[in-house]
Amino acid sequence: MKIKVETKNLNVWYGENHSLKNFSIKIPEKKITAIIGPSGCGKSTFIKTLNRMVELTPGVKISGKVLVDGKDIYSPDVDVTEIRWKMGMVFQKPNPFPKSIFENVAYGPKVHRLVDREKLDHVVEVNLKKAALWEEVKDRLKMSAFELSGGQQQRLCIARALAVNPEVILMDEPCSALDPIATTKIEDLLFDLKKNYTIIIVTHNLQQAARVSDFTAFMYMGELIEYGKTDEIFERPRNKQTQDYIMGRFG
Amino acid sequence: MKGQKVTVRKKLSEELEDLKSLMMEMSALATASVEKAVKSLARQDVNLANKVIKEDDKIDELELEIENKCMHLIALQQPMAKDLRVIGSCLKIITDLERIGDRAADIAQITKKLAGRPLIKPLVDIPRMAELAISMIKDSVKAFKEENSLLAWGLGERDDEVDKLAQQVNRELLSFVVEDPKKTSDAFLLMFVASFLERIADHATNIAERVIYMERGERVKIN
Repeated sequence: MKIKVETKNLNVWYGENHSLKNFSIKIPEKKITAIIGPSGCGKSTFIKTLNRMVELTPGVKISGKVLVDGKDIYSPDVDVTEIRWKMGMVFQKPNPFPKSIFENVAYGPKVHRLVDREKLDHVVEVNLKKAALWEEVKDRLKMSAFELSGGQQQRLCIARALAVNPEVILMDEPCSALDPIATTKIEDLLFDLKKNYTIIIVTHNLQQAARVSDFTAFMYMGELIEYGKTDEIFERPRNKQTQDYIMGRFG
Repeated sequence: MKGQKVTVRKKLSEELEDLKSLMMEMSALATASVEKAVKSLARQDVNLANKVIKEDDKIDELELEIENKCMHLIALQQPMAKDLRVIGSCLKIITDLERIGDRAADIAQITKKLAGRPLIKPLVDIPRMAELAISMIKDSVKAFKEENSLLAWGLGERDDEVDKLAQQVNRELLSFVVEDPKKTSDAFLLMFVASFLERIADHATNIAERVIYMERGERVKIN
């Protein structure tokens, strides 16, 4: 199993607040890794270190390494923009641009001049298909993205992330604002996407983590407490804190 | 956990307690049915044998009730980790308990078949087997109740002993058949009893293995 993303002794401070403590993890390629843990344990901070979005927070201090394909993404010669293409992100609340469905997907390739203008139609179609949205929107691509349902908007955001050819997709609670049907669609989509992408998903929904992920990491107070195969974590966790958390006995 | 409010999942905890009570009820019935079946054979007591056969229905009913409860808990409470292992183990254990009940009823049927004539030989090894098998059921159930995997481990040795006794009984009864072919039918019935007791000990061993899985998450063979 090839390791796609690795962190070594990663620390993050927001001012005095030590949010991520000596965090070391190896995330395999083309698998789904779920990050679970109680609110404030550092899940979102962790995921934001992986595309350097964490640097956008004023007063943040980072130490340690984040290696993607073995290369440290915090080294001075790395282009942040390139990292953020490579490490696409999908957020909790669907956040389409106030533009048409077409423009939402075409935006990234267009501004970054990834493809010729005449090929944009094709790029939009391919990525809407990858995000399992094409059939639902192919006749109304000029319509505003805001007219879509929440679940469709979230898949549009996934299509938008895919359009700039990422290798890793970071998802921060991507289904928490969606109903069960829309959630199922996203989960089915994740299974298709992992054939080509490495997926890291932060979720509060333990059943979702159990359903979709291959590996699960349990975090508590900024530390990685237990990390392993999902079936082992949910059936026979080794650590008492993990067990208490997933059995719903604290939190 | 430090800085976190401890919750107990009150509803799930209560339901798991109810599940345990039902398991205790079912195991008590299964244990009693083996005790009574063996007693009915030793005393050639047909009334007691009939009682055992009738009580098997109650064990079957409890199996269904527990299965329903487990399915209901999985569907509505989404148990994880040890809670999940407890429920999964109960689902397996009830099959063993139900079969223990069936084998007790089988022994009771043999009591009825042998009734009205003297036994071809005094029972020596069969009561010894029964005693061991019953102690194994009791200990496996106790291990379940007390979540004691160490106690569960202890069953392996006794299971070997029961197996050896079963072979001994079979050899002895075969020699009776060779000496006097008229005894064939009764000898075979007693051989069946030995084999049922041997199966009962196996079921108790299965229960013990489930308790170890429930406690430690490891699947082991203890005999």
